[in-house]
Amino acid sequence: MNAIESLKYFVPELILLGGAFVALTLDFFLRQKKLVGEFALLVIVLALCLAKAPTQPLPLFFGMFELDAFAHFFRYLALGAVGITILISLGYSPLQKRYTGEFYSLFLFMAFALITVAAANNLLMIFLSIEFVSLLSYLLVGFLKEDPKSKEAAIKYLLFGSVCSGIMLYGMSLLYGATGSLELPVIGNALLGAPFKPLATAAILFFFTGLGFKISMAPFHMWAPDVYEGAPTPVTAFLTVAPKALGFAVLTRVLDMIFWNFQSVWTPVLVILSILTMTIGNITAVSQSNIKRFLAYSSIAQAGYILMGLAAFSHLGRDAVLIYLFAYLMTNLGAFTVVLFVAGETQSDSLDAYAGLSKRSPMAAAMLTIFLLSLAGLPPLAGFIGKYYVFAAAIQGKFIMLTIFAAINSVIAAYYYFRIIRLMYLTPATGPAFAAPSKALTVALWTLFLSVLALGIFPSFFITRILG
Amino acid sequence: MIGIPLSHILIFSLLLFAIGVYGALVRRNIIGILISIELMLNAANINLIAFSKYTSLSPATGQIFAIFVIAIAATAAAVGLAIVLALYRVRKTVYTDEVNLLKW
Repeated sequence: MNAIESLKYFVPELILLGGAFVALTLDFFLRQKKLVGEFALLVIVLALCLAKAPTQPLPLFFGMFELDAFAHFFRYLALGAVGITILISLGYSPLQKRYTGEFYSLFLFMAFALITVAAANNLLMIFLSIEFVSLLSYLLVGFLKEDPKSKEAAIKYLLFGSVCSGIMLYGMSLLYGATGSLELPVIGNALLGAPFKPLATAAILFFFTGLGFKISMAPFHMWAPDVYEGAPTPVTAFLTVAPKALGFAVLTRVLDMIFWNFQSVWTPVLVILSILTMTIGNITAVSQSNIKRFLAYSSIAQAGYILMGLAAFSHLGRDAVLIYLFAYLMTNLGAFTVVLFVAGETQSDSLDAYAGLSKRSPMAAAMLTIFLLSLAGLPPLAGFIGKYYVFAAAIQGKFIMLTIFAAINSVIAAYYYFRIIRLMYLTPATGPAFAAPSKALTVALWTLFLSVLALGIFPSFFITRILG
Repeated sequence: MIGIPLSHILIFSLLLFAIGVYGALVRRNIIGILISIELMLNAANINLIAFSKYTSLSPATGQIFAIFVIAIAATAAAVGLAIVLALYRVRKTVYTDEVNLLKW
């Protein structure tokens, strides 16, 4: 399909791009920077309304993008994550200074970049869109100008990310040399011949490095705790879900289109990395004393569970990845929204600030409890549905060791999630009661809270829609 | 380029890539690390150009990819140096081992 014909299927993305530039311009004229944020929110809602599910896979822009049900799901995921993040940024006080207009505009660009990541069907497009997302993330992480922690997080993210994408690029150049093409389906077919096995193995490892960084898979997870702690809280909330989800989208597409014939090579690697990721994440999370760092390690562990679904590369496994990502998005954004509210009231990210939270703000404590229980995977919450699917996929694929490790890990995870809940309910409060959260935060909290409950109680309604 | 076998070019690019990775891992200076990363990207560029000349079905795609990589490298350098500058303003250092506020 040529460029002009493709445009009509690309309307939400065009709106996002246009909106991002308008937001940049509005920033010059408006003194009330919140209005720019509200405008950005409007753009996201408009894009959400206009995003239509494709009836069949559409090869847009000469096959550079493949708009199928898979890409469409991630379109909703990206728009939802960006929308919620903008909403909670409106209630984040360190941002209420001069530069906030740009902040919202960067997020609109980010929404556009994330959608192109999910739809990219060409090595060039994959590289460009991933770099687009990465560059925007570096800027957003370092956004608080005077905060040395934010700057340090940005520099660590930048160096780690650039090295990993450089390695992935080298792998792409080898794939191009071996197959003479950049289009994923063509490469996949060209690799079928027997002499390519060593090369495919090398390329798989290069890809795992580049994408493993995005999804914070061990041993490429080192950056995650530092970056998540140092970044502004709304950005942390966003980074733990959206780029990670899109990393999984690319990984699924690459394994599916290029390396499907080499499953015997990458399945054992993924199984080991999955076990490693969840174990490192969970064991280190136990001893944390900063809530953002704590949630960072917990999000590394969650990536390990999602990798389980990918390792069992069956139909069920792929469905499990999508369902888990959706549940995880709601839950983690919710947990970070509460963190943002508490930090706004106490000026602290330390776990001590949560002592006796049930007395100081019963609503925040109750909601954080629900979100943590959902992260731990307790029924009847969203996280349980996701865990149920990945475990089912692993058992169906006869990955017994992997399942046992995941079960042990879930127990460790339950221990440290309950530690926070105990802290909130059984320790005496140390300060006065909180004021009610701002309107934007209230809306975000209730939306996420209700969707976590709804996904847990009426899973079939959501699952049929997620899987098309 | 006639006369230089493909394997020589590939060995050259692999060496360049290895130097880049080594530099990125051992340099203390953040600017040095950024330059090492540029080396890695350029090693991939050499690969792309060599392959587009010798083996490709559609030579133009490799060359276009290389041009995009050059553009991305420039963007990454712009963003990277901006962040280094901002870091220098608040911390007065460009050495990785002195940037140590965040750790477990």
